[in-house]
Amino acid sequence: MQKVLMKGNEALAEGALIAGCKAFFGYPITPSSEIAEYMARKFPKMNGVFLQAESELAAINMVYGGAATGHRVMTASSGPGISLKQEGISFIAEAELPCLIVNISRGGPGLGGIQPAQSDYFQATRGGGHGDYRLIVLAPSGVQEMMDFAIEAFALADQYRTPVMIMAEGTLGQMMEPIVVREPVTKFYDKPWATNGCQGREPNIINTLHLSPEYLEERNRHLQHKYDEISRREKKAESYLTEDADLVVVAFGLMARIVKRAVMEARKNGVKVGMIRPITLWPFPDDAIIKAAQTAKRFLSVEINMGQMIEDIRLAVGGRIPVDFYGRIGVIPNPEEILREILMLAEREGLR
Amino acid sequence: MKVVAKRPASLKDNKFHYCPGCTHGIIHRLVAECLDELSLREKAIGICPVGCAVLAYDYFNCDMLEAAHGRAPAIATGIKRLLPDKIVFTYQGDGDLASIGMGEIVHASLRGEKITVIFVNNAIYGMTGGQMAPTTLLGQVTTTSPYGRKKEWEGYPAKMAELLSQNEGSAYICRTSVHNPANVMKTKKAIKKALQIQQTGLGFTMVEILSTCPTNWGLGPIEALDWLEKNMIPYYPLGEFKVKEAF
Repeated sequence: MQKVLMKGNEALAEGALIAGCKAFFGYPITPSSEIAEYMARKFPKMNGVFLQAESELAAINMVYGGAATGHRVMTASSGPGISLKQEGISFIAEAELPCLIVNISRGGPGLGGIQPAQSDYFQATRGGGHGDYRLIVLAPSGVQEMMDFAIEAFALADQYRTPVMIMAEGTLGQMMEPIVVREPVTKFYDKPWATNGCQGREPNIINTLHLSPEYLEERNRHLQHKYDEISRREKKAESYLTEDADLVVVAFGLMARIVKRAVMEARKNGVKVGMIRPITLWPFPDDAIIKAAQTAKRFLSVEINMGQMIEDIRLAVGGRIPVDFYGRIGVIPNPEEILREILMLAEREGLR
Repeated sequence: MKVVAKRPASLKDNKFHYCPGCTHGIIHRLVAECLDELSLREKAIGICPVGCAVLAYDYFNCDMLEAAHGRAPAIATGIKRLLPDKIVFTYQGDGDLASIGMGEIVHASLRGEKITVIFVNNAIYGMTGGQMAPTTLLGQVTTTSPYGRKKEWEGYPAKMAELLSQNEGSAYICRTSVHNPANVMKTKKAIKKALQIQQTGLGFTMVEILSTCPTNWGLGPIEALDWLEKNMIPYYPLGEFKVKEAF
């Protein structure tokens, strides 16, 4: 199949178009801006809507309104901008409006830096804003997945009536790789709940205010029921050389590609090491971790942050197996330093 | 028997929750009558604010959304841009529109969003219990300006109609009041005109309506109407501030 060379951010944007996305509302921020720029070039020529909002708050609320019409809509930003969007994301989650929110992530806290990081893991996987809610969070590890996950994200969003986030480190947005461009999506969902004018039906209401305590609890139970279903059906991970592994390294996104190389090198050094790459950060693929924990003696979480996903790994193993951590922020760990870490652990713990 | 007055089709058969003497009920009815008379109910999509009118989705008999505080114009933008043939209106109070939502309203106006904003200005935060609003008058006592609003400390009340009329994107900006029947009728006319201008696609439209809050002003309903006339109208003059006739 013929491949084309594309930048991660542009592949993601093109994937959204392939999925039938009709509008993009956003605010510029490095390193996500190419997504907005791509849409600004494309949408006017295809009867779609690109609108640069006055703020991240306005952008996410335009997404709220756009999604409420029943069309596929999206926004993209990065760390500080995603923080500003949290008010709207909470409303969108409770209003059950399907949409795509992209975090081309950089390091925080505060303004942080513009180097790639995974330090928004907690924010992404714990809901992020106020109230009990979750987002489906997909973590691509290459440019092909930037496109493929954008397509998948819209399908998941519509299927479950929920906002979906793609979280990709800034590097993935900026780097170029040859990819296969997918066919346009043809399967769409009916949205009888949309607020698009009540001609021929009773008016629809999209609302997140529930003053009756009983009804508020009922709404929360409804959401949790949906999240349980998503958890049962949508966990996704890639397992690499885990069958006989004494040590299992867990890493997601771009980090997983770097870890994979270190794992290969460590195998050459006689360490039985494997890797699990969570593809859905929420729901967290604890099933893959639990399975590996039946034979593994130790886990190592490698993240581009100060240790966030490690909490989910620890929850999954339930204290049965030690979980170590290696992480950096501001710089991406290279294969050599991860290999060193693996060999050091193997030596210290007698794993070879 | 001849029917001389009835509930507009654009209002649901629900009892208003508003306090005795509050003018939200009048304004709801005016909006609904205009939607009826222009046959817009089935094309209309409304957005409620956070504030006393937060439950307006229980009253307007058309598609409705509830917004976060101040964000209604952004939500309206998202809807109108994707459904340009529909009629989109927001219903907002002064805290919602002129304080926390100042950014959203100004930029919706600057972009010339083809929406209609019903802006209810009662110079106070009603739902949260009578705190100072950006439109609270100098000297006015509220629970967060217990010694009266001072220009040296809290600054000056926001004149939204004047402010937004400066923007090229604004096609119709008007300030009215509902303190007596004559002005109620003028308000209806203004709302209708705003909706009609939205239909022509000329740009952003807003009717600022001076309204009462007897409960939080600590006045009886009649006294509140008098207070509005004597105190609010001198600072917030009535009239059309911007009328764009054509493209």
